[in-house]
Amino acid sequence: MKVITRLALLVCLLAGVCHATGPLPEKPNPGEELFRAEQVSGHYGGQLTIGGRAEPKTFNPVIATDAVSREVIGRLVADLIEINRASQQTEPALAKSWKTSSDGRVFTLQLRKGIRFSDGHGFDADDVLFSFAVHLNEKVDSPQRDLLIIDGKPIAVTKIDQYTVRFVLPRPYAAAERLFDGIAMLPKHLLEKPFREGKFVETWSLNTAPAAVAGLGPFRLKQYVPGDRVVLERNPYYWKADSRNQRLPYLDELTFLFVGTEDAQVMRFEAGATHMISRLSSENYNLLSRERSRSGAQLADLGPSLEYNFLLFNQNDLGTKKLDAIARKQRWFGDLKFRQAVSAAIDREAIVRLVYQTRGTALWGNVPPGNKLWINTNIPHPPKSLDSARQLLKSAGFSWNSAGQLLDSSGARVEFSIISSSSNTQRMKMATLLQDDLSHLGMQVHIVPLEFRALVDRVFQSFDYEAAIMGLGGGDADPNPEMNVWTSQGTSHLWHLNEAQPATAWEREIDGLMQQQMVTLDYARRKQLYDRVQQLIAEQLPFIFLATPNVLAAADARVANFHPAILDPYTLWNADELYIRTPIENAGVR
Amino acid sequence: MRNKTWGVIAAVVVLHVTLLFAGFVAPYDPAGQNRELPYAPPTRLHFHNGSGWHARPFVYRLTIGPDGYMEDKTIPFPVHLFPKGSAHKLLGLFDTTTHLFGVEPPATVALFGTDAFGRDEFSRVLYGGQISVAAGVVATLIALLAGGILGILAGYYGAWTDQSLMAGTELFLCLPWLYFLLGVRAFLPLHLSPTRTFFLLTCVIGLIGWARPARLVRGIVLSTRSRNYVLAANGFGASDLHVLRYHILPDVLGVLTTQATLLVPRYIAAEVTLSFFGLGVNEPMASWGNMLSSLQQYSVLVSYAWLLAPVGAVVVTSVTYALLADTVQSRLKFSST
Repeated sequence: MKVITRLALLVCLLAGVCHATGPLPEKPNPGEELFRAEQVSGHYGGQLTIGGRAEPKTFNPVIATDAVSREVIGRLVADLIEINRASQQTEPALAKSWKTSSDGRVFTLQLRKGIRFSDGHGFDADDVLFSFAVHLNEKVDSPQRDLLIIDGKPIAVTKIDQYTVRFVLPRPYAAAERLFDGIAMLPKHLLEKPFREGKFVETWSLNTAPAAVAGLGPFRLKQYVPGDRVVLERNPYYWKADSRNQRLPYLDELTFLFVGTEDAQVMRFEAGATHMISRLSSENYNLLSRERSRSGAQLADLGPSLEYNFLLFNQNDLGTKKLDAIARKQRWFGDLKFRQAVSAAIDREAIVRLVYQTRGTALWGNVPPGNKLWINTNIPHPPKSLDSARQLLKSAGFSWNSAGQLLDSSGARVEFSIISSSSNTQRMKMATLLQDDLSHLGMQVHIVPLEFRALVDRVFQSFDYEAAIMGLGGGDADPNPEMNVWTSQGTSHLWHLNEAQPATAWEREIDGLMQQQMVTLDYARRKQLYDRVQQLIAEQLPFIFLATPNVLAAADARVANFHPAILDPYTLWNADELYIRTPIENAGVR
Repeated sequence: MRNKTWGVIAAVVVLHVTLLFAGFVAPYDPAGQNRELPYAPPTRLHFHNGSGWHARPFVYRLTIGPDGYMEDKTIPFPVHLFPKGSAHKLLGLFDTTTHLFGVEPPATVALFGTDAFGRDEFSRVLYGGQISVAAGVVATLIALLAGGILGILAGYYGAWTDQSLMAGTELFLCLPWLYFLLGVRAFLPLHLSPTRTFFLLTCVIGLIGWARPARLVRGIVLSTRSRNYVLAANGFGASDLHVLRYHILPDVLGVLTTQATLLVPRYIAAEVTLSFFGLGVNEPMASWGNMLSSLQQYSVLVSYAWLLAPVGAVVVTSVTYALLADTVQSRLKFSST
């Protein structure tokens, strides 16, 4: 009997050794300044599989724009300063510390000494200078470039010594250290040549050999199987260590399976083929919670997200476009009382109940309650009231015929269509609820489901739509990324794009307030300015806000250190800390 | 034989009369949302309470508890015949508020449960049936009319008329019709009222389907044309119209009738497919296809089995038409022997 037990133990041990497929973590060097994550503990080993909705389009961190590519690339690269997704505060990353000058314009960053890229090559100030040169390069056209250009002038980067870098901003910029999150540090020794030759955009494509891709993230590329999966393996030189000074990450491998849809993600998860789902709809969350007693899955409802869903009326300048029918209806859309009446007729509580199964929150402003630092809590939350909606319409010159149909002052029937993305079932449901709500005011609303790209084309390019249901937000909690929505020159100023001048007095006021908050360093004063912006938006209703879903995530019972956050990427932000519990540990947890 | 025929005819009549009087049979407005009762399961009809048995069925009001819906058993609500309810147009002509059955509010009687918006699935199946079956029938008529005329022309005149028309049928027969319909629908304008969408949809389905009946009719006309009585009529100087009307059309009609009974369920399926993909009739109008489209969501499919009710309706309708086709065919054979 003893012999058998020993043999079995030996087999288990051998299996365990053979199973450890990733490279073993390097022992910390004496001069290496590792980041010590004091709260984190765990053990090595295990593979984590996550189902993705699509394939990445590139492994190049500078040019990636889509969420899927960024989710994969985010595990391969690191930034100088990071926003901790749990605390929403900045924390040192590749820069171990930084100093800000009293006028808020000069940042001096101290880099960690002795740390290495995933190919073993050292990292220093030259890599930082090179990375910023690439991000600021016009030909590369990085999506982050806009953030690094303030008042038309780029941020100046100079090297003080091998481990010290200075950044000079053209003018004071609020929360400037948050800018560094998302600017990936690149290996100069690998990418300088293609950059000089003007071939940077083509480098690190999906066809690149995995060994040619190196970064400072917790993982490095191991394998890409087109149409099937991307496999990442441990970066043995990663610069973070846990409470016991073990070099992170714990996982041997991290695999992204391409499964297509959220439903496919859920089915794979239920079948045990994947370990985690980043963003769940409330229906699927409820489905998984019903099976929880059997599966033991860890489900997290983190409360309201930063996303806001809204109804948008087309108030664009149609100019020479031949869209007369829409131009006629813009007389209604441009009338504040019309928009207020629509807002008053919407049953937002029903949206939360029927669309989000109560896992959501009704919205009356652009800042969802999940953003506790910035929300203006004084914005009123008027409940649905058909009477006040009717009064508003009456005072704006609308009337009703004997059949109860709403007519405008010229006697034309109020009828318009709402476009929405056909693949987003939640927004389609909102549209159906709105259609019913507005029918009680005598408005005839048609719902037009459109493929997402067709929708984007109509809203951003052709302006050939009357109203749309869309969603925005979710990046960062700070007001600065919202500049492009609320300032009149912004690229997402959706209700009226390409304004030469602010079209209205309140848009002019918002422009001023947003610019001012951007250069104000004091939080309380910034909050005051942004509160006024929120108040103006809630009063003028360029968007009619509907609701925000909760951030819902799920992980297998075996995944440890699962701490999802309401900021993107919701679950994988601490991929370096995740590990897989052994069956014995797991039995203890359950 | 005779009994079976009458049985089939009765089934066809019951099916169509029910759909024709959908507004009366359905207890609720198909677009009426009851936001307190999303995804409510089918209402249970009770015949027995604590005190004994009742001939008149009754229901209990549903309330939402921590584990989903529960029946509030304090007050029974008897099911009434011919109560007043939501306004509808009987046969599309007479305004009325009378329905076949119903219960007093706040209770509801949802025989097939409710959908995501608390709309009564039973009422929607009936109203949706109007759309889906009408689409099938109208599209069939269009296809048979077009196919019949072109088939007769090809068969009777032969030569280049025949060749060019038959080349056309070959082209249409080799089209992957589902993708073709998806493509055609994508070209139609977006801002269409549901009624217009419906007519466009049926026209498109019907016009694509002309090829098969055209070939069949052509074959029959070809064989009839060389019969002695047709040759005789030609010899006596009868006009083409006379020959077609009195000698050829009677032979063709039988085939067209059988084809009709076969095509209707196929075109109902075509409408269901298009609406399922969001290319057919839009909200809030119901059709069997757009009702099923919510089942594309995995969570809905595995959680709310009663939303599959339109599938049952499609199956019942298809089987009824298949039986009808069978009966018509055997009657035709019977009469020709």
